[in-house]
Amino acid sequence: MIAELGHYALVLALLVALVQTTVPLFGAAKNDFALMGVAQPAATAQFLSILFAFAALTYSYVTSDFSVINVAENSHSLKPLLYKISGVWGNHEGSMILWVLILALFGFAVARFGVHLPPTLKARVLSVQGSIGVAFLGFILLTSNPFLRLDPAPIDGRDLNPLLQDPGLAFHPPMLYLGYVGFSMAFSFAVAALIEGKVDPAWARWVRPWTLAAWTALTAGITLGSWWAYYELGWGGWWYWDPVENASFMPWLSGTALLHSAVVVEKRDALKSWTILLAILTFALSLMGTFLVRSGVLTSVHAFAVDPERGLYILAILVVFIGGALTIFALRAPTMKLGGLFQPISREGGLVMNNLLLSVATATVFIGTLYPLFLDATTDQKVSVGPPFFNATFVPVMIPLVLLMAIGPMLAWKRGDLPAAMSRLWFAVLVSLGLGVFIFWVNADEPFTPVIGFALAGWLAAGTLKEFGDRVGLFREKLSQSLARARRLPRSTYGMTLAHLGLAIFICGAVADSAWRTEVVINAKESDKASIAGFDALLEKVERQQGPNYQLERATIVIKKDGEYITTIFPERRFYPVQQMPTTEAAIHTTFLADIYVSLGEGGKNQGWTLRLWYNPLIPWIWAGCLIMVFGGLISLSDRRLRVGAPFKKIEPKKSKHSGLENA
Amino acid sequence: MTPKRRRLTMVGLGLLMVAAATTLALNAFEDTLVFFYSPSDLMKAETSPGKQIRVGGLVKEDSLKKSNDGLTVSFTITDLDNILPVKFEGALPDLFREGQGVVAEGYLIQGTFQANHVLAKHDENYMPKEVADSLKKSGKWKGNNK
Repeated sequence: MIAELGHYALVLALLVALVQTTVPLFGAAKNDFALMGVAQPAATAQFLSILFAFAALTYSYVTSDFSVINVAENSHSLKPLLYKISGVWGNHEGSMILWVLILALFGFAVARFGVHLPPTLKARVLSVQGSIGVAFLGFILLTSNPFLRLDPAPIDGRDLNPLLQDPGLAFHPPMLYLGYVGFSMAFSFAVAALIEGKVDPAWARWVRPWTLAAWTALTAGITLGSWWAYYELGWGGWWYWDPVENASFMPWLSGTALLHSAVVVEKRDALKSWTILLAILTFALSLMGTFLVRSGVLTSVHAFAVDPERGLYILAILVVFIGGALTIFALRAPTMKLGGLFQPISREGGLVMNNLLLSVATATVFIGTLYPLFLDATTDQKVSVGPPFFNATFVPVMIPLVLLMAIGPMLAWKRGDLPAAMSRLWFAVLVSLGLGVFIFWVNADEPFTPVIGFALAGWLAAGTLKEFGDRVGLFREKLSQSLARARRLPRSTYGMTLAHLGLAIFICGAVADSAWRTEVVINAKESDKASIAGFDALLEKVERQQGPNYQLERATIVIKKDGEYITTIFPERRFYPVQQMPTTEAAIHTTFLADIYVSLGEGGKNQGWTLRLWYNPLIPWIWAGCLIMVFGGLISLSDRRLRVGAPFKKIEPKKSKHSGLENA
Repeated sequence: MTPKRRRLTMVGLGLLMVAAATTLALNAFEDTLVFFYSPSDLMKAETSPGKQIRVGGLVKEDSLKKSNDGLTVSFTITDLDNILPVKFEGALPDLFREGQGVVAEGYLIQGTFQANHVLAKHDENYMPKEVADSLKKSGKWKGNNK
């Protein structure tokens, strides 16, 4: 009964979304307030219906109702509660419900909090958002209905893929979807503005928080996914340039560009058509990510069910929405008024370079990801593109970007003074050179890349700190005064500083790990020893145990350095009988400077077990850097000037002085 | 700068970047593309030794052997027409089984494939796409989907 109600709620949501798409759009064209007013309750009703459907599916999972096909195929009565719930989105149908739920949530948020939006813009935004809802609800109901019944119901379910039964992965999809779908807001605002024929700083002010929220969530989602791959797959690495990873990384790159170009629209009323185009392309890349991952074009843990019909449907959505948006763009963009002028060397100029470089970086990832598919479709030749390709294309584009990241914020709007900015950066040059020389010294016979990597990271970190220090007048004024200034700085300034610092830390981690990671594989019997990077690992024993829905072998490994006890870790090898599938649970000893990573392979008492050990230097810095970026995004989101529903006029006059200072 | 000139400069810069990216990508493709072969392809094709390639097929039943040190494994892959012996040092992936699909990346040295990575599937229903396609080509595909 509950499942039928859920199905019914989905159909209802589709009908409401149809109304939300058509009526307000018509009303906005006729300037009819009554018709435009339909958008708000419709968005609310759509959200509530989908929420109900989602709750119904969750209920079926939690109560292990195996008469629902979706539950029977992806759940098991013995599964821990967390994974019963995360199993809702651990499969194709359920994850699509999560997708539309988040989509409707964003629409609902605009309807509820966008009180100060101009009524026609609001009606059009909600209408575009509604149309995306129509497309995806139609997709679910026609090809991926999660509420289908199974008769007779099986005694027990087929369980969730054990690789997905993991806390990191329970939250990875919702975060990633918040990001993907969050960019639908930027898209809806862009298309609405094109229909409206007006893009101004106020528009950018409305778009920025959504973009920022989407970016923050996407950063968190990608980080969680990478972290999961690191500790769950047992391969010791954190990023493989796998097409599935790239599919989420492309919208991140173009979303980052969008975040920066929206600032130019807001502050200087320039780069308007470009920003609109970027908003459309970012959402296009999000849709493409969904298509690549869900259609089975790529084989991966994400391609739950290979069904060409579904792939075609998503491809059709992609073509209709992006093609449509680009057509409107082509028609309307030339009529847009040119905004503020600026010199090439200025804050705007720096942000233009940022956008160009990020777009090129996106393009290299795009080419590397799609080329094998293209070649397979046209010539039947099978190739794969791996890390060497991306190291040769993506990384060289990032180097000038990072160089620029320290200089850009030092330049003034409109007309910057490059020599002056560089003279403020002498400290960063020193830090960068010093760090480079230091790395060269400790790393004499190794490749040259870590030297460049650390020099860049030092440059970025020192430049970012210096810029922040100058803002608060550090060392120029009394400390108390600097602190007072720091308190008055807008939060978005802190956000930027943190995000840039986070990237510097991330670069250190990524460079160190790829240059200095060491790996040892041994076959060990009980009380055998292995040594790696100066540490000794003693395999004390391996025991068999029973988990909730799996059996496991658990090794006890004592780590020592120079005979001194450091820690004991317990890598596991699990076997899930329902899915007939083993998984590896690596054990990781984390310190500030490195991870010792051990995974237990196949084996037995007599022939011994295969043990793989890695020493991953600075890898914790990768996660730390990403977390700092996410934190920067959150701080920036809490800036009252960006808060949804808090328009700029509410800012006390006193504060406008500081925003002037921030612009300087 | 007039708006028109500014626009031109930006378009010019953009084009320059795109050209740079394309050059980078094409250059990189030459050295980094990894081609896939089935055992039958490998009989016909000329591959330069020392070039990294991927091979794939089913792991032949009863072909998996472990060396005495417990680390080096050898097995045979087949597309049911031809076979290829593979050597690999390290831990095989969790889902490596005889009779099932596998993809290996490495070098061909005198008729034996020296693998430095072995990839198996993520779950029970998954067969590497390359392997499925090469089985279809050799007419030995028994699966029902696709």
